[in-house]
Amino acid sequence: MNPNRGHYPEGEALHRSLNGRYRSASIWQALFFSALVVAILSLAALLYNVMDGAFGYVAFEYKNDPSEFTAKPLDDLNKQELLDILTANLSSGAFKKLENDKAMEKRSRPDLYTLVLERLIQIDTKQTWSMTDSILHSKDIKAEAAAKYPKAKLEFRSWLTPVFLTTPMSSKAEFAGVRTAILGSLWMVGIAILFALPIGTGAAVYLQEYANKNFINRVIQTNINNLAGVPSIVYGMLGLAIFVRALEPLTSGSLFGVTDANGRTILSAGLTMGTLVLPLIIINAQEAIKAVPDSLRQAAFGVGATRWQTVWHHVLPNALPGILTGSILAVSRAIGETAPLIVVGASTFISIDPDGPFSKFTALPIQIYQWTTRAQSEFHAIAAGAIIVLLVLLLTLNATAILLRNRFQKKY
Amino acid sequence: MQNIQSPEYAIETKNLFIFYGSFAAVSEVNMKIEKQKITAIIGPSGCGKSTLLRAFNRMNDFVPSSYVTGEILLHGQNLYGKDIDPVEVRRKIGMVFQKPNPFPKSIYENITWGARINGFKGNMDELVEQSLRGAALWDEVKDKLRKSAYELSGGQQQRLCIARTIAIQPDIILMDEPASALDPISTLRIEELMQELKKNYTIIIVTHNMQQAARVSDYTAMMMLEKDGSRSGTVIEFSETKRIFTNPKDKRTEDYVTGRFG
Amino acid sequence: MKQENTIMENQNFRPLDLRKKIRPGESIIQSLLFVSGVLSIFITVAIVYELGKEALLFFNNPDVTFAKFFGTTRWQPGVGLFGIWPLVTSTLITSAIAIFVSLPLGLATALFLSEYASPKARSVLKPILEILAGIPTVVYGYFALLFMTPLLQKIFGEGVEVYNMASAGIVMGIMILPLISSMSEDALSAVPRALREGAYAMGATKFETSLQVVLPAALSGIGAALIIGISRAVGETMIVAVAAGAGPNFTFNPFQAAETMTGHIARISGGDLSYNTIDYTSLFAIALMLFLVTLILNLVSQTIINKFRQRYE
Repeated sequence: MNPNRGHYPEGEALHRSLNGRYRSASIWQALFFSALVVAILSLAALLYNVMDGAFGYVAFEYKNDPSEFTAKPLDDLNKQELLDILTANLSSGAFKKLENDKAMEKRSRPDLYTLVLERLIQIDTKQTWSMTDSILHSKDIKAEAAAKYPKAKLEFRSWLTPVFLTTPMSSKAEFAGVRTAILGSLWMVGIAILFALPIGTGAAVYLQEYANKNFINRVIQTNINNLAGVPSIVYGMLGLAIFVRALEPLTSGSLFGVTDANGRTILSAGLTMGTLVLPLIIINAQEAIKAVPDSLRQAAFGVGATRWQTVWHHVLPNALPGILTGSILAVSRAIGETAPLIVVGASTFISIDPDGPFSKFTALPIQIYQWTTRAQSEFHAIAAGAIIVLLVLLLTLNATAILLRNRFQKKY
Repeated sequence: MQNIQSPEYAIETKNLFIFYGSFAAVSEVNMKIEKQKITAIIGPSGCGKSTLLRAFNRMNDFVPSSYVTGEILLHGQNLYGKDIDPVEVRRKIGMVFQKPNPFPKSIYENITWGARINGFKGNMDELVEQSLRGAALWDEVKDKLRKSAYELSGGQQQRLCIARTIAIQPDIILMDEPASALDPISTLRIEELMQELKKNYTIIIVTHNMQQAARVSDYTAMMMLEKDGSRSGTVIEFSETKRIFTNPKDKRTEDYVTGRFG
Repeated sequence: MKQENTIMENQNFRPLDLRKKIRPGESIIQSLLFVSGVLSIFITVAIVYELGKEALLFFNNPDVTFAKFFGTTRWQPGVGLFGIWPLVTSTLITSAIAIFVSLPLGLATALFLSEYASPKARSVLKPILEILAGIPTVVYGYFALLFMTPLLQKIFGEGVEVYNMASAGIVMGIMILPLISSMSEDALSAVPRALREGAYAMGATKFETSLQVVLPAALSGIGAALIIGISRAVGETMIVAVAAGAGPNFTFNPFQAAETMTGHIARISGGDLSYNTIDYTSLFAIALMLFLVTLILNLVSQTIINKFRQRYE
């Protein structure tokens, strides 16, 4: 309208400039989308990398030929025959040590079979191949193995087997399992939850139902949010200083008559982990309690209930699914945490099942760490196997949490 | 009706229905809106005033299930035609919202942003000054153009939103209850401003305030829910404002403007 | 009849007592709950006290001078070398690489999810990111050492050491990506609809609206995400412990091995560590520095988020 006002593109010019704008928009949109693709590909690469390591060809030699011990093929031997071989060939000291761990008579056939292989025949792994190579270049690998290790046997092996789950730790990758690690993780997480769940729920109830908006309570709330962001290794240092060192009489069990132990026990680890997940549990429980509608509280107060009666009979039961979901998420966090366990002194080599809070311990992620940092590739393979176990465990836990959440979410 | 490119009309609707899913929020609207006049849309809340207004610059497109049947004609082109770009429509038909919504940028950038993205060729400083003068805001903000728009009062913010709308030189300005969130003095200033703006622009305003409609508008469209109980709104009467308020044809309009409604 | 009468009379004439009654059960429970709430403060105090106590022992050691601590570049407390720089630089380098990877990717992902993806696509894509966020960091360590490092070696050749900061940093970036993405998405979706509508009404395209109006409006929330991301990277332990290197090394070459602060704590404390040695107290000094840095970052981030929320409410 006003000629000296400058002008905007009209008609054809407008179409052209708009087309240009749309073009640059779609380029950017493609860029945004590709970022998402990168994220998804990373996840795929990670999972693939783990699977790739857990299966594949392995070339190994027998140090002592099976024929030195038995005329029959090894696989055909029954339990008694295996036991006889062990009795005849193991030194009496070694036999007694095994007997002490678990009576030989009571051991299963696969167990004895493994012992024969591990102690007498002794496997020496020469080389391992990834799953992809094993499938795509099977011929080349066979040729290579035959050329390089003429005496070796080549076998396609799954490092993740039922035996892997039920065998204790071993210094030989071929015979190692995650049994002690899984049990250690379960003990540790159990103690952590026993410690953190009641306190965390209590703190959440206090903050949501009792606390008024004064300075102390604001500090508590800010503090909880900050604790959730403290690096896990700092919790490890706290656990080392308090649970392992200062409270050693309690956590080592010497107060209760346990001898020859130090503070580096499952109890210390569990308490440390409990401290670490406490803020998570509080925050999740607060959310769950917040979601309980106020009308419910007013109804309870309206019939003359005290605050605690209201909380106990109405708020908590309704918040329970949310609190449980939060605890499951806390459990899965605790199961995957590694750094604090290293600091409070997880043992690197344990072949005996933990039998109580005062045992020394190892845990699943600790084993993964140990095995990953070994130089030999067969240890990387069992690390991959242990990672699959860990991921399946976490997936199950998270799926349970999600199901729980979806099931109870629609209530209000 | 036969005169499609009727130049005296800024915009017209033909058999316009607006749907949300299967629900017709607005039914059968036929209006011819005159150029450089202020047209008010009044009616009880929930009768589809805002929905109708937002149809004029295709803002309803952002409601996923919404669609229209019928036509809205601007210079003889149907705004809902297949090859129409809603971005071009909004470039020609600006809008001022109920609550002032300046961008979290400086006052200056609030005005130049629209000009920049729309490929404005000319002097930006001049554009800013003229737009702010056009919105009667220049004298109040000329010394703090680089300050954040959030430092202005609500009424000033709303005039800034008007300024940034006229900066892109639209043909029509839609106003969705532009003064409902403002104090009486700011409201008065916006109303005065509208009288200035209509010299250059066609204005369509939604208001729930009948006095405001009577004060500012030249034409008034009265909207009501249809009698059949379908919860669908429609224009029951559309004519000169004076007529609507003094001698309405429809009994319901009379009840409403005299406060006997409901 | 008579019986009933007395009841009626009793009810009518019983004095109404609305005064506060002491309920011992309620008070006990309330104090227990209060103690649970306060325990979190106790944890913070314990962290500061324990770390501070041992760190003080370290800094009070006559061999540890300010000049040595900040003026030299070799760290081996056991033999009297107290230059903190190699641990600090490698922490900064790995964190910087992680942010360099995760900020653009996380922000772009957030923009795509909040501005472009259909609700259906979001419901498929978001859980994938959540899986990424739920993977334990030791698994990322495995991934860094056995996937990323060989990949980098393939691309950049011999110069890439088996342990190197680049690989650890990149994988750390992937680990932080979901965090940055979900926090940024929250910030983007908190931008009021009125602002978008204002932009559309001026003839802006969807893209111009997202990038030039919504993104700047969400910038402080995204800044908060960035700060939390940095804090996470600085405190992350397992990825660097596995893949970055097992020994302090003062270098700026990302393809070389260098131990970070967290990695150093993990390696030393995982070995035979006896109390009251300089090795022991030095770990607490490092941990205290870590704690303070992350605490400040977290506080800043929270303050920004709270301000951001107030602005749009």
